[in-house]
Amino acid sequence: MIIGLTHYLSLAAILFTIGVAGIILNHKNIIIILMSVELILLSVNINLVAFSTFSGDLTGQVFALFILTVAAAEAAIGLAILVAYYRNRGSIAVEDINSLKG
Amino acid sequence: MLAQAFFFWIFAAVLVGSALAVILARNPVHSVLFLILAFVNASGLFVLMGAEFLAMILIVVYVGAVAVLFLFVIMLLDVDFAQLKQGFVQYLPIGGLIAICVGFELWYVTAGWTRSPHPAAAAAPTALVGNTKALGLVIYTRYAFFFEAAGLILLTAMIGAIVLTLRHKVGVKRQDIAEQVARSPATAVELRKVASRAGI
Repeated sequence: MIIGLTHYLSLAAILFTIGVAGIILNHKNIIIILMSVELILLSVNINLVAFSTFSGDLTGQVFALFILTVAAAEAAIGLAILVAYYRNRGSIAVEDINSLKG
Repeated sequence: MLAQAFFFWIFAAVLVGSALAVILARNPVHSVLFLILAFVNASGLFVLMGAEFLAMILIVVYVGAVAVLFLFVIMLLDVDFAQLKQGFVQYLPIGGLIAICVGFELWYVTAGWTRSPHPAAAAAPTALVGNTKALGLVIYTRYAFFFEAAGLILLTAMIGAIVLTLRHKVGVKRQDIAEQVARSPATAVELRKVASRAGI
């Protein structure tokens, strides 16, 4: 059985779905939400690399590299905000994060 | 070709299983460990697809930096995670429904896409050089500005993370060079007339 583009796309779709479900199911725990976002970005990367490989074009891998960069920056900033928030409020439950509500 | 299919199914199965474990695990530390497993399997898939450089970057950046950052933060914060897990069952129906909708849409796109008859100019990989060198040849020429923008994003993230988490404790003695240099004899030296046999 030959593994083609469709296999990789289906795998990335399943991974994306798991990530979306994780955001909704763990709606109280912001750390798991951030991890679900990482899963979603990983599935996007699998899509890009699969298209890059099966169409013989390196552009997809370049974009996967940039997405990786942005994901790393996002994780660093998100966790820094989390630590700063925990110092100020003593809680990271999502429903407690409502200071900006008017 | 058979070995490739075999490894694809192994990597894909472990990837999906560990992704499920990430969102279902009770303990966030277990979630992070399963996230690491998922990244390792994804990098195996990248190797299968011939993107060795991205596979190594995935290991170095995600497993080495991002996952360890998650572990640090989870262990740093003293949070009752069992309390955060409440409401999981209550949201299972709507979460499943939205997941099914998104999955159906993605399946629809995956099954029905077609290739454009007018493709953009391709950055073709040259078979003579390896994947890493081919990627470098593209990044440093055609995508040089994007590459610098990526570096700028990382710099911003670094400065932002430092500024967000830095705090100066009050009451700690620090060396302030500007203050030291700005001292003058008028403020630093005090002359006293000491009486004989009296002391100060």
